[in-house]
Amino acid sequence: MLSFVAQRVVKGVIVLLAIVVLNFFLIRLAPGDPAMVMAGEAGATDQVFVKQLREKFGLDKPLPEQLFIYVKGVVTLDLGFSFRQQAPVAKLIGERLPATLLLTLTAFAISLALGVLFGTFAARFAGTFLDTAITVFALIFYAMPIFWVALMGILLFSVTMDWLPSFGYETVGANLTGPAHALDVAKHLIMPAMTLGLFFMATYTRMTRASMLEVKRLDFVKTARAKGLSDAVIQRRHVLRNALLPVVTLAGVHSGTLIGGAVITETVFAWPGIGRLMYDALLQRDYNLLLGVFVICSAMVLIFNLITDLVYRLVDPRIEFAS
Amino acid sequence: MKQFWKSMLKSPSGVIGLVILLLAISVAVFGPMLFPNSPWRMVQRPFLPPFTLSTVPLGTDALGRDVFAGMIFGARVSLLVGLVSTLVALIVGVPIGAMAGYFGGKVDDALMRFTEFFQTIPSFALAIVLVAILQPSIYSIVASIAIVSWPPVARLVRGEVLSLRTREYVQAAVVTGQSNSWIILREILPNALSPVIVLASLMVATAILLESSLSFLGLGDPNLISWGYMVGAGRTVIRQAWWITVFPGVAILISVLGLNLIGEGLNDALNPRLSREGR
Amino acid sequence: MTAPATVAIKNLRIALPKSAERPYAVDGISLDLRAGKIVCVVGESGSGKSMCAHALMGLLPDTVDVTAGEIMFEGRDLLKLDDDGWRDLRGRRLAMIFQEPMTALNPLMRIGDQMAEMFEAHGLLTPRERRARALALAREVGLPDPERIVRAYPHQLSGGQRQRAMIAMALALEPAVLVADEPTTALDVTTQAQILKLIRNLQRNRNMAVMFITHDFGVVADIADQVVVLRHGKVVEEGPAATVFSAPQHDYTKALLAAVPSMDPPARAPLDDRARAVEVIGLDKTYVTSGGWFREDRRVDAARAVNFSILKGETLGLVGESGSGKSSVARLVMRLIEADRGTVRIGETDLTSLSGKALRAERHRIQMIFQDPFASLNPRRKIGHIIADGPIAAGVDTKVAFDRARDLLKMVGLDAGALERYPHEFSGGQRQRIGIARALALEPEIIVADEAVSALDVSVQAQVLRLLEDLKARLGLSMLFITHDLRVAAQICDRIAVMQRGAIVELTPTAQLFAAPEHAYTRELLAAVPGRKEQAPAA
Repeated sequence: MLSFVAQRVVKGVIVLLAIVVLNFFLIRLAPGDPAMVMAGEAGATDQVFVKQLREKFGLDKPLPEQLFIYVKGVVTLDLGFSFRQQAPVAKLIGERLPATLLLTLTAFAISLALGVLFGTFAARFAGTFLDTAITVFALIFYAMPIFWVALMGILLFSVTMDWLPSFGYETVGANLTGPAHALDVAKHLIMPAMTLGLFFMATYTRMTRASMLEVKRLDFVKTARAKGLSDAVIQRRHVLRNALLPVVTLAGVHSGTLIGGAVITETVFAWPGIGRLMYDALLQRDYNLLLGVFVICSAMVLIFNLITDLVYRLVDPRIEFAS
Repeated sequence: MKQFWKSMLKSPSGVIGLVILLLAISVAVFGPMLFPNSPWRMVQRPFLPPFTLSTVPLGTDALGRDVFAGMIFGARVSLLVGLVSTLVALIVGVPIGAMAGYFGGKVDDALMRFTEFFQTIPSFALAIVLVAILQPSIYSIVASIAIVSWPPVARLVRGEVLSLRTREYVQAAVVTGQSNSWIILREILPNALSPVIVLASLMVATAILLESSLSFLGLGDPNLISWGYMVGAGRTVIRQAWWITVFPGVAILISVLGLNLIGEGLNDALNPRLSREGR
Repeated sequence: MTAPATVAIKNLRIALPKSAERPYAVDGISLDLRAGKIVCVVGESGSGKSMCAHALMGLLPDTVDVTAGEIMFEGRDLLKLDDDGWRDLRGRRLAMIFQEPMTALNPLMRIGDQMAEMFEAHGLLTPRERRARALALAREVGLPDPERIVRAYPHQLSGGQRQRAMIAMALALEPAVLVADEPTTALDVTTQAQILKLIRNLQRNRNMAVMFITHDFGVVADIADQVVVLRHGKVVEEGPAATVFSAPQHDYTKALLAAVPSMDPPARAPLDDRARAVEVIGLDKTYVTSGGWFREDRRVDAARAVNFSILKGETLGLVGESGSGKSSVARLVMRLIEADRGTVRIGETDLTSLSGKALRAERHRIQMIFQDPFASLNPRRKIGHIIADGPIAAGVDTKVAFDRARDLLKMVGLDAGALERYPHEFSGGQRQRIGIARALALEPEIIVADEAVSALDVSVQAQVLRLLEDLKARLGLSMLFITHDLRVAAQICDRIAVMQRGAIVELTPTAQLFAAPEHAYTRELLAAVPGRKEQAPAA
């Protein structure tokens, strides 16, 4: 198990380095002088700042050397400076990361729990009205763009009903502390997390349902019935456990989509995470910040993938021996 | 082929999906002919609510532009981007997957490392970065959607080819002296096609969602109106004018739903689960 | 005979869904199971034998319906039971073992836990006692190192061990009836022999009534007290095993028995002073599975210093159990996989030294017939193309190639109309004939037949074997015949090579191999062939 983790971590670091190199070339792909590009629209007019950038990244040196300087910078967690925000990129991201983690992990937990639950129900009552209803809802949620769900949520729960706050992480100026603060944050979290979770919930519902119906037809389920086990035990112990394996795989595959969805969700709800930061960078054409956020997003996906792989190994005894 | 249409028309999701798709395509193709007015032009007072004037059935936006006209022109962009980027992704992904699966060994290793690399990068974030750096235009949008969506194609095709390669009829083609390209094109790919077709229909749906999300963030082609752009533009005025965001969103929802349903119908028609057990 | 029946099945009729080929899977079957007796239900694929077994367990698929009949057990009609009633009986009074022990076990649960479930299902014992009983059961069915096995997962066991675990599970609650659905079909002969012995012993010790489903008359001969022959869902013959074998009444039974190849090899003319068609020298092939960065690589020897030659007009048999490397050798000879070392010579040509175009140009000289009639034909190509593609690739004119394809179809006993049809329109036996036609289309000197008749029902198997023999003689072909079935090998081979773990342990003329096997492994294989004591009467 340990060797597996080591192996995967090394692989992940290699991928991350490759992404950094990709970044380096992306900057040079953009029309115009890389220094100007990195400075962003606002900074490009400031000659002093552009000159600093040129020196820092050795932009008058040959390309391989530039690459080396750039990669070295990223490896030492120096992601550059955002002229627009007047702060180092790493610091900006560091401040925003917890909010994003809170949002994505909550959304992930909700979607997985509800998705598996609904999927199990649908499979259990396959062909009945309940199954059809769940399937149709899952199909619809699966087809809704996240930004639209967010806006419809605001329209319904903030504008019309006035139940939930429509933006932000906490009530501005309330200066709450302790449990009151936590409650306030939770209230702000509900809509963004549900919005982000809805699509994934639909995905997991569909996957769980399909997978359970598939597993139900396998021989060992017949064996379980031949033992005289009760239906509930068969469903839980034999069908569900096996059916969850592809769901775990899917969760890993979808981690990138989850981050992408967070960018949109945070943008609409003004949630102060790195997704919102990315949008701000986009608006201000602050490329250095944009690419910094991109690298961090990639790292998060890699870590999430590693975790799902580990979970898969824990659930499926066949992997360790068959590798 | 006849058999295929028969089973496709038997599955309710397939039929509903086909109807929706045909409708969307005809709107995209013929709609703009019926609405020669540019969707960018001011036609009425701003914030005209829907269902008040028959000439502007879905109301106007903050600049007095016709929401209905925008939706009709937007259909063109959404479908075009969806179809073309999927096509490009297939053109990239199928050969890569086929070569990796067929030749195996080092070729497979190299191609799959490359594919996995692209698959680990968060796709939407990469698309944002690519479009932002290349400057938003219909070409950069299609290119970046294609770049983030080919890896699943390559992996699927590779998996199929890998399992087909050991099939006895492929080995029979080898021992009867057929060339590699003949075997890949005649024996393997035709039999790997069904899951690729199913995936492609789902990819068009995903591409439409991606395009609308990019446009929503202001990364759409500035010269073309699209559903995502309309929702994005209406976002700030949602408290005054709900219709500007609601209707284009419904259009996205319905087209994506239609394509997903087609995917399900195709899956039922092309991969009948019982065919294997029937023997 | 007069002892009361433990289970009495009367006039059972099971309806198939409307789209099926025939209305009833099982059409008015009656049979009795008695304590201490094994009833073998025999039939070819589609005879309805498996449906019978599932009906007795209440495990029929949802797509079929029992429309008539009754199954009496301990004074009750099982067909009238509700779900709870079934649940109570299953496992406790009625138990079942299945054909494929790998898929019949839950891959995510430890063997011991799956055994313990048997007690749990019926609310018996404490968890601790259940574990102890599981261990005892593992020991009873002869699983090696039972302490380790109960903690293992199914994939860590061999096929035979898995089937033993299944049996242990089935016997846990001392059921009155055991239903065994082709329990040894997926196993090698030597393992099959052990499992059959185990079932026989346990059944005698516990005085169980056993319903044993099989397609293999050899197995029937070894294990049955009573035989029921099914065909198209109907009983065609029924009686004590000895009677059915010595004096079969129904024509179908007679035909089936006649189709079982005999263990007595027919006399064959010696094939001296002929030229060599194929020569295989020192073939080595090791499969290496990379264990990753931190684990040892896994190595499996598929071929170790394999040497043999086949004379012109000779059939060499290559026999062995699964994993012995016989199929790998076939593919090495065909150059479908590359050898680590060694030479394959066809006539004067060294096939192993060629590659690319030069190799393709020589391939027509040695052709292959494959095992699975359903996987060996491209489902999307018409039969005409399947046969003519090879010659066309070799430069034969298209029209000539199709004319020849027509002749070949006639030669293998199919009509020319087949040219325009797709593979799915043909039965397994017909497909295998098409595969033979494809191989012959290139006018080869040598045919490699890889388990070419193993997937076929016995009656079809006999026909295809006859066809192969006939064509071989007419066209003067040499043949490498790969099989796991010693009976088939006895009938068709001039010489036989026995393979074990990638090496040939014995290579002698067929008659000599059966009369006086030299190697211990050969003797073990011969002893394990089911139904040795009962020789099928000559038809």
